[in-house]
Amino acid sequence: MALRIPRIPPSQITPPEVYFNRRSFLAQALAAGVGASIGAARAAVLPGQAGAALSFAPNPRESVDALVHASGQDETPNTWEEVTNYNNYYEFGTDKGDPAAHAHQLRTRPWNIAVEGEAEVTGNFHLEDFLKPYALEERIYRFRCVEAWSMVIPWVGIPLASMLQRFKPTSKAKYVAFETVYRPTQMPGQSSWPPVLPWPYREGLRIDEAMNPLTLMVVGLFGRELPNQDGAPLRLIVPWKYGFKGIKSIVKIRFTETQPPNTWNQATPNEYGFYANVNPDVPHPRWSQASERRIGAPLLHQRQPTLMFNGYAEEVADMYRGMDLHRYY
Amino acid sequence: MTEPAGPASRGSGSSARPPPAAAPPRPFLGLNVERRYRLLYKPAVFVASLAPFAWLASSLFGLLGFSAGVDPVKFLELECGQTALNFIFITLLVTPVRRLAGLPHLLRLRRMLGLFAFFYVALHFSIYVVLDLEFDWHTLGADIAKRPYITVGFTAFLMLIPLAVTSTNRMMRRLGRRWTKLHRLVYVIAAFGVWHFYWQEKKDVREPIIYAAVLALLLGYRAVHAWRQRPPALRRAEDTGT
Repeated sequence: MALRIPRIPPSQITPPEVYFNRRSFLAQALAAGVGASIGAARAAVLPGQAGAALSFAPNPRESVDALVHASGQDETPNTWEEVTNYNNYYEFGTDKGDPAAHAHQLRTRPWNIAVEGEAEVTGNFHLEDFLKPYALEERIYRFRCVEAWSMVIPWVGIPLASMLQRFKPTSKAKYVAFETVYRPTQMPGQSSWPPVLPWPYREGLRIDEAMNPLTLMVVGLFGRELPNQDGAPLRLIVPWKYGFKGIKSIVKIRFTETQPPNTWNQATPNEYGFYANVNPDVPHPRWSQASERRIGAPLLHQRQPTLMFNGYAEEVADMYRGMDLHRYY
Repeated sequence: MTEPAGPASRGSGSSARPPPAAAPPRPFLGLNVERRYRLLYKPAVFVASLAPFAWLASSLFGLLGFSAGVDPVKFLELECGQTALNFIFITLLVTPVRRLAGLPHLLRLRRMLGLFAFFYVALHFSIYVVLDLEFDWHTLGADIAKRPYITVGFTAFLMLIPLAVTSTNRMMRRLGRRWTKLHRLVYVIAAFGVWHFYWQEKKDVREPIIYAAVLALLLGYRAVHAWRQRPPALRRAEDTGT
């Protein structure tokens, strides 16, 4: 599928040094009233504890400027501080700060990934071998949580399509299932009682969704190695779907003929479906999805309308043509 | 909930009866109990009740080393809501504690605690409208009508208003017995508050369940007490089986 976002000349691509500073510059420029103190306190810097630098090709298709054009909204990337201190990763606890507080307990090396199911090439792979064949790309994507907050995040990763093709999925491979590591001794949320979710966490995609050029297997953030709290060493990002589809710390990939179970749907089927496409017209049973709050924007300027397919309709809407999106939520 | 004017509680039990009062309690700092409440305890409770507000404000502005974190809006909204629920619970705790601990004068603190509960509920609602919805009245209307957990929370807020308005001495005199009846609404408000807390939670409902259990104790105590204090006529009717 061709991406129709216009190519941006390399001179216009925002280099990391600029986007780290851009938010604070913008905050100072926009801040007024109460917002002023918040904005000033949010100096955007890459802290010392950020992981090793990765080498990657910045992706012109999803540069900051392309995003601004796509949505007409402020799409300045969030800061490292925001992205690494505020997220859901129930394996480490249910508070937004729990992942940052507890994720250091997880050992991400050595790490193995099992590839199973309807494919010609299957087996167990060391993470290093698993990732070796691919060049990394940077993708700056909008991130929309099902809880109606959002961010803009510069990921570094590998398009899932090119990763999966190496395993030669058979014609029976209609879906791809993913599984998170299960290590209660290193992930306090997995040993809490009663269990908040049925572990291990599972997710899945239809094969055409998995092969969509936007779908990304992520290994980095802000050009650095992915921190544990954001799903190290390997996580999924499907930018037109709610954040919970982006399964973290993946240890298993399985090609299947039937639709695989996904954890939130198992836990609360009337609230979370398999598809979980961002859709302002289909409310969560307990809250509206028509708008969202952009984390890090100045106070009183955070709320903005939610876009169909999170603003990626042009790239993904074809896959759902003719589907009743109220039924397949 | 004015204290019944009847005889001393039957529930106090004979073994817990204090020895015959030899001397009246020593006046603290030369103040009798009335003055102690008026000059010491009430101001102290007032200041303590403002502490959560000071904490929320410091967090918002990054003062005194406090921080509202990456999402100050959600932080303020949730913490303020929980503070409001805590004050409703503290207010409901006054009656059991004064009876069980024999501190009848605690009643003098209850109105202020109840008004602080109203203050924090109103603040919670304001944060929701101003910082979260950013004055999006359309969404506000839709939320209240269509989002059950918001309907429940908003109803609790509305029910608190008449209680705050009728908290003055004048209104108490004017309403007489009806004042007691009206203020029993606080039991429903507390239950709605816990329900609202439970329903907004995505999955992890452990904390709301603890609140529900504590509320069951607070209301259960009242049910037992009311049963023991039921009017003699009712009791006689039961004894004779009529």
